[in-house]
Amino acid sequence: MKRLINLQPSRLSAMMLALLPFVLVFFAYVATSNARLEANPNDKLLPAMTSFGEAMERMALTPSKRSGELLFWRDSASSLRRLATGVGVSAVLGLVIGVTLGALPLLAAGLSPFVASLSLIPPMAILPILFIVFGLGELSKVVLIVFGIAPVIARDIQGRVREIPRQLIVKAQTLGANTWVVILRVVLPLALPRLIDAVRLTLGSAWLFLIAAEAIAATDGLGYRIFLVRRYLAMDVILPYVLWITLLAYAMDRGLRLLGRRLFPWQAVSA
Amino acid sequence: MSGHTALIEARNVWKTYGDQVVLERLDLSIAEGEFCAVVGASGCGKTTFLRMLLGEEPPDRGQILFDGTPLHMEPDAGRSIVFQRYSVFPHLTVLGNVLLGLELRQSPLLGRLFGGARRYARGKALEMLAQVGLDHAQHRYPSELSGGMQQRLALAQSLIVQPRLLLLDEPFGALDPGIRADMHKLVAALWREHRLTVLMITHDLKEGFALGTRLFVFDKVRVDPQAPGAYGSRVTYDLPLKRPEDRALSAAVPALAMA
Ligand SMILES: Nc1ncnc2c1ncn2[C@@H]1O[C@H](COP(=O)(O)OP(=O)(O)OP(=O)(O)O)[C@@H](O)[C@H]1O
Ligand SMILES: [Mg+2]
Repeated sequence: MKRLINLQPSRLSAMMLALLPFVLVFFAYVATSNARLEANPNDKLLPAMTSFGEAMERMALTPSKRSGELLFWRDSASSLRRLATGVGVSAVLGLVIGVTLGALPLLAAGLSPFVASLSLIPPMAILPILFIVFGLGELSKVVLIVFGIAPVIARDIQGRVREIPRQLIVKAQTLGANTWVVILRVVLPLALPRLIDAVRLTLGSAWLFLIAAEAIAATDGLGYRIFLVRRYLAMDVILPYVLWITLLAYAMDRGLRLLGRRLFPWQAVSA
Repeated sequence: MSGHTALIEARNVWKTYGDQVVLERLDLSIAEGEFCAVVGASGCGKTTFLRMLLGEEPPDRGQILFDGTPLHMEPDAGRSIVFQRYSVFPHLTVLGNVLLGLELRQSPLLGRLFGGARRYARGKALEMLAQVGLDHAQHRYPSELSGGMQQRLALAQSLIVQPRLLLLDEPFGALDPGIRADMHKLVAALWREHRLTVLMITHDLKEGFALGTRLFVFDKVRVDPQAPGAYGSRVTYDLPLKRPEDRALSAAVPALAMA
């Protein structure tokens, strides 16, 4: 028998092992839910699987009585639009600021401490300010996401740019490049793979800020819905919504990873 | 070297880091077309001197003249370099790495060439790659190349901009002895073909003798055992070597590059 530290799962057993916790949680849920519903058929805490089906049919397939819309899809579209705008703006801002500060020591001396301080302000603490300044509409939600993650991305990119071997920067200059071209042809391409990683890492925070903002002031959105139906203890809606958000987050993470491998083949082989 | 104008002339150059004197009273003069090998103990300041020639570090005292005028204190296209590592750009293919030298210089706005200019540059880059025997690997990324191939790529990339001075900092230090011998032939051939002026740092005295027309030894003339940083190095030996033309060296460049 080999030592535990040397045991590697086969492909199949790795897959089974990965599925196991999900299956266990599922059955634990069904068993507990059944037990509770047997004791009290009106229990709302752990609804049966059939209740989830009915709730989702109501939310996703039946037009709402008030507006005639399919609420689930409308919520998803609104949330994804806010998230994409916020993350997209943050990625561009973070890249531009990070590359500039990383590549130009003179600018970094002036702005690095400022960006570092900005990134230390808890974004939720300034949410009221955002509501006051930008109103309760879409803008304040997007700005919250940007405020929350752009400084983190910028600092990450700045760090990556500083890690670029000095030799490469010197080399580019000996090939006749000016500052702008060094940044364009050397620094930027070398920093881009890190941007994908930085976005992947900050997606979790982006969701957090999105849901928080939606919970406080919105008329639709996944976070808005969850906090709205909480008043009626509607676990049959909340749990599928949470599952859906998790799935979306997972798909984005995988998608970004694939995109990174596609766009930067030179990196995949060196890793 | 009387009669020639010196390409590089260092006069009474000093360099200190903190209270550690690295170089002191360093004088040397290199004529156009020479192949100078620099040897010396580890930490004696060879790389520091090379960085000064690149324009990365200013001397604390003294003067370095490049072609008779004070050296431009910033890396530029007149002086090219091959480092021991990190000389090639990991995000560009072999062809892209060589093409880059032509693109960066000719296109100050985008750093890229298009259309006919690009086709012409591509042709020149492929010619250069053929000289170092890498034309078959033009589409590969550096991470897919062996150490020897990476250094050959670095040479091609440096030479495409036709530098007045080629600086080499232990370019073959990380290579196997067999590959190193092939690289020596290649460098000697390129040196003659392109009429280069070369300054090469090496830890391998044999390498210096094999390639150089001149050998510099950097060393300290004074040593204070109580304070190892109190005195710096200078050129303690300056040996003219037999011209490599005299040696049995095949001039068929592409054949030599088949390492
Ligand atoms: N930027 C720096 N700051 C402080 N000290 C430095 C710096 N660069 C070099 N030194 C010191 O200067 C001395 C000479 O360094 P250098 O790299 O020139 O040596 P070298 O001759 O190239 O050695 P090696 O053969 O090991 O490469 C060393 O003691 C080193 O610690
Ligand atoms: Mg060195």
